[in-house]
Amino acid sequence: MVVKRLLWAMPVLWLILTITFFLLRVAPGGPFDQERELTPEMMQLINDKYQLDQPLIHQYGSYLSATLHGDLGPSFQYIDYSVNELVALGLPVSLKLGFWALLLALVLGLLLGMIAATYANKWPDLVAMITAVIGISTPNFVIAPLLVLWLAVHWQWLPVGGWSGGHWTYVVLPVITLSLPYIASIARLVRGSLLEVYSQPFVRTAKAKGLSDSSVLFKHALRPAMLPLVSYLGPTAVGLMTGSVVIEQIFGIPGMGRYFVQGALNRDYTLVLGVVLVVGLLMVLFNLLVDVLYRWIDPRMGVEGSH
Amino acid sequence: MKLKLGLGLLFIIVVMVLIGPVFSEFDPETIHWDDMAIPPDSIYWMGTDVMGRDLYIRILLGGQVSLMVGIVATLVSVVIGVFYGMAAGFLGGRVDAVMMRLVDVFYALPFLFLVILLMVFFGQYLWLLFVAIGCYLWLDMARIVRGQTMMLKRQAFVEAAHALGQSNKKIIFSHVLPNLKGVVIVYATLTIPQVIMIESFLSFLGLGVQEPMTSWGALVNEGASNMDMAVWSLLFPALFLALTLIGFNLVGDGLRDRWDPALQNNK
Amino acid sequence: MTNQKPLLNIKNLIVEFNTEHDLVRAVDDLSFQIEAGKTMGLVGESGSGKSVTALSVLGLVPQPPGKITSGAIEFRGTDLLHLPEKQLRCIRGNDISMVFQEPMTSLNPVFRVGHQIAEVLRLHQKLNRKQAKARTIELMDWVGIPEPHRRYRFYPHEMSGGQKQRVMIAMAIACQPRLLICDEPTTALDVTIQRQVLELLKNLQQELGMSMLFITHDLGVIADLADEVVVMYRAKKVEQAVTQNIFNAPQHPYTKGLLACRPKLHDNPKRLLTVGDYMAESGVALNPPEVSFESQIKSDKSTQPALLEVKNLKTYFPVKTGLWGRVTSHVKAVDGVSFTVKKGETLGLVGESGCGKTTLGRTILKLQTATAGQVIYDGIDVFAQKPQQLRQLRSRMQIIFQDPYASLNPRMTVGQTLMEPLQLHQPHNSKQQNWNKAAELMQQVGMNPDQLNRFPHEFSGGQRQRISIARALAVEPEFIICDESVSALDVSVQAQVLNLLLDLQDQMGLTYIFISHDLSVINFIADRVGVMNQGKLVELNTADEIYRNPQNPYTQKLLDAIPEPMPEPMPKL
Repeated sequence: MVVKRLLWAMPVLWLILTITFFLLRVAPGGPFDQERELTPEMMQLINDKYQLDQPLIHQYGSYLSATLHGDLGPSFQYIDYSVNELVALGLPVSLKLGFWALLLALVLGLLLGMIAATYANKWPDLVAMITAVIGISTPNFVIAPLLVLWLAVHWQWLPVGGWSGGHWTYVVLPVITLSLPYIASIARLVRGSLLEVYSQPFVRTAKAKGLSDSSVLFKHALRPAMLPLVSYLGPTAVGLMTGSVVIEQIFGIPGMGRYFVQGALNRDYTLVLGVVLVVGLLMVLFNLLVDVLYRWIDPRMGVEGSH
Repeated sequence: MKLKLGLGLLFIIVVMVLIGPVFSEFDPETIHWDDMAIPPDSIYWMGTDVMGRDLYIRILLGGQVSLMVGIVATLVSVVIGVFYGMAAGFLGGRVDAVMMRLVDVFYALPFLFLVILLMVFFGQYLWLLFVAIGCYLWLDMARIVRGQTMMLKRQAFVEAAHALGQSNKKIIFSHVLPNLKGVVIVYATLTIPQVIMIESFLSFLGLGVQEPMTSWGALVNEGASNMDMAVWSLLFPALFLALTLIGFNLVGDGLRDRWDPALQNNK
Repeated sequence: MTNQKPLLNIKNLIVEFNTEHDLVRAVDDLSFQIEAGKTMGLVGESGSGKSVTALSVLGLVPQPPGKITSGAIEFRGTDLLHLPEKQLRCIRGNDISMVFQEPMTSLNPVFRVGHQIAEVLRLHQKLNRKQAKARTIELMDWVGIPEPHRRYRFYPHEMSGGQKQRVMIAMAIACQPRLLICDEPTTALDVTIQRQVLELLKNLQQELGMSMLFITHDLGVIADLADEVVVMYRAKKVEQAVTQNIFNAPQHPYTKGLLACRPKLHDNPKRLLTVGDYMAESGVALNPPEVSFESQIKSDKSTQPALLEVKNLKTYFPVKTGLWGRVTSHVKAVDGVSFTVKKGETLGLVGESGCGKTTLGRTILKLQTATAGQVIYDGIDVFAQKPQQLRQLRSRMQIIFQDPYASLNPRMTVGQTLMEPLQLHQPHNSKQQNWNKAAELMQQVGMNPDQLNRFPHEFSGGQRQRISIARALAVEPEFIICDESVSALDVSVQAQVLNLLLDLQDQMGLTYIFISHDLSVINFIADRVGVMNQGKLVELNTADEIYRNPQNPYTQKLLDAIPEPMPEPMPKL
């Protein structure tokens, strides 16, 4: 199953690369438009390095073959760096941010959802769900500046931005803002699926055995109720990746998202392609992980493969 | 309850956005050099931004853009999604397998990145924004509609229509589509806030709506970069944006509670 | 009256449910007692309050919307209704346990069945993991699960319905309860499996000396199981008597009606008496009409010309695997079936779930594509028809489905539903003409034509099934396939619909294929009976011959499994 999935990922990644490659090239403007009047010698140097004088198809072919060998090419904007080096610098930062945000979203989301489902239609549920709707409806680029304004500028508890090698004080605010909308939607999802599981006959069976409410929740209801959450993890991961584009911009964090936006604005072809490829790869891996997790939680999946 | 609250909220916002500009004497682009970053007062009802432009009129006109993008892009996604999903679900078999495989491929694309790219390069064309967002969001709709169609296709009343000698076309239009209506409306209602969110996200990155036009996302962006001088220039557009999204989410949730076939079967 | 206190004493129980519009009494002033070691049958139709009664005993009525307004439920002298939750939990699954109706959904799908049984032992008997496992395997063996060591590690979906119900029973008796509540434990099972499960329950009850509260809608199931029976009707107890007396000398008109409306194997009335013949809506007893109980004289139709010929019909479903759905094997749902149906006769098709009878019906109408074989209808090869011709042909052949809730489009009024086929096959008729025709059809199936503007959800299951019949009649067919058309209905409603189908056959000379899992129903309605097993027609003969002198061992097994209310008093086991 896993092998098949990985084989399946190859054409998807190729498609991503191809779309991005030609999208970049048909776009108006080039990487060196801002420079004034390049001398023919400099032009020659640039063409030697980036092969921009070759036919497009040829460039595409050599880019693909280099990529297959793990070489993402030189960056157009950061002249001294290769894209591989830039990814090696940015990826750990983005991953760290994404990991903590995901963890926070899962823990708080599950907790809130469980509380809301346990006290369904009573006041804790109402409070949790109103908070959740507000959380989902407030873009994190609205919340981020407000948090910065109060926590960092007014009270000066935390730094305004920057990364500083990932010191925890610099991580806290970005992680919170990044995870807020996902806490809210996970809470809603968990509440909904728990309530649905609670209406299933097997929960009644569990109660008829004499199990306490908390045993019913943790031993019988939670695991089946996790299934929709697991399928939601794929889109969540994507959301965290794209969401971090904004967060990195706001907090000035040197992650992949910033490379991407700046690269796109500066027509840094190789850098944009590199970032898109890495993100695509991460998505494929994450979806694979979600699939495995799903099968692990739900034993029925094995036989239903025929559908 | 949710439904009424949401509808009320949306009604107020839509009325303000559509009719509100009439009551303002200001032009959204005129710069008042003497009145930069003025807090809300009796002249500038929502204050001015750091460039001295009246925020009230800018927010309401920006709202028109945000709402329009939301609705048009949602329509694009609904039309594509419903027809694609219904075709896959109704035809079934190999056609369905291929069509859904394609959706899987699209799902695996980091679409938002591509949308960002599109906007970077072709940002001056607002219509492209609709197309890009609509193309991104039709996938969910197609999946939901396909699932519902498959379910409906197996229902005895559709089989009965076949047995009565009804044509496929008639069956789709009189038995399948009417029963899809609820689901489509619910998810369309929930798609609108998503679109508005994506638009504002792009505008926040400076990639969406371009000057002189503005939208809530663009206004939030401006407000955020100047919040230490004029916090109201962040708060007002943010409030409008959030309230609109809350309104749509409430309506969508409310409709789902009312219509969701899964909930109805509880009887 | 014995001096001994009863094990369970339900006193004046009232349970109410808050619905959207008003307060509904689900159980109304119910009292009965169960002595130690005895079995009490609780009989009633859907919505009569019997399940709510069972849930009340264990304190499992969902609150809200339910509410136990008054009364007492005493178990060994303690009132369960006023017991703190914590003490009640010590009784649940330990002293009182329960087996539910749906074995498919009553087990947790993501846990191994062994663990689900062991959980009870660990909870109430404080066994450690190893002891619990050993005891679980003993229990599984005891309830007749083969290879318990291996099946301990099975997930519910890996087991058949009957085995799952055995798991439920093992779970329920794990702590040797004093009272076992069975809520329709065999309703979802095939008739042969039902037989085995009932026997298991009876044996267990004797071995453990426990009491049983056995809830069912089917009087037949309870006959040789219960010592005493309580009959419930619309939330109230209408009769309580020793089992034999319920069958031989029923007092309440509802009980009489309930007994009469169930088709029996041995005496075959011309039409079934219904509850409505015994009792008016108000509850007043009526004098039932005379019904000739001499065997229904089935007119000989063997000389009639054949209307339908099915020749070596095969329907296989491909089993697809892999990414692109490569076909690796086939499920042979219908595997080489041949028979003819004569004009005006009713052919009954009987078999257990999964035997292919429904697929057979759908294939005959080309709602499902056949793999091989031929269907000749009145000289026309059904499978060779072009789409346009097929649509023409379909006005002559109709089908009525099982589920009265799914067979009507929820977004169309009854009028629109009935007009659809009329407009299709009589396009030149005016709207008014069709509307009048729809009203006529409503009357024909015994419904009020004023209700044409209503939507399906405003009708009961039986009424909806009548509407489905009216829709089928709208195209004036000669031939109707009834696919389990009365299986989802309560027995009293079932009798009405069966009578309606017979009347329509008399009036219009219809030909039926009647598909059912219920041999008694088939016996009542069919002239000839085909028995299906694993996609094959194993026996085909006149109804009388099949029931009196079955040739095939499978037919024999099916007939043996039917629970039959005592035809005459017989000693209880």
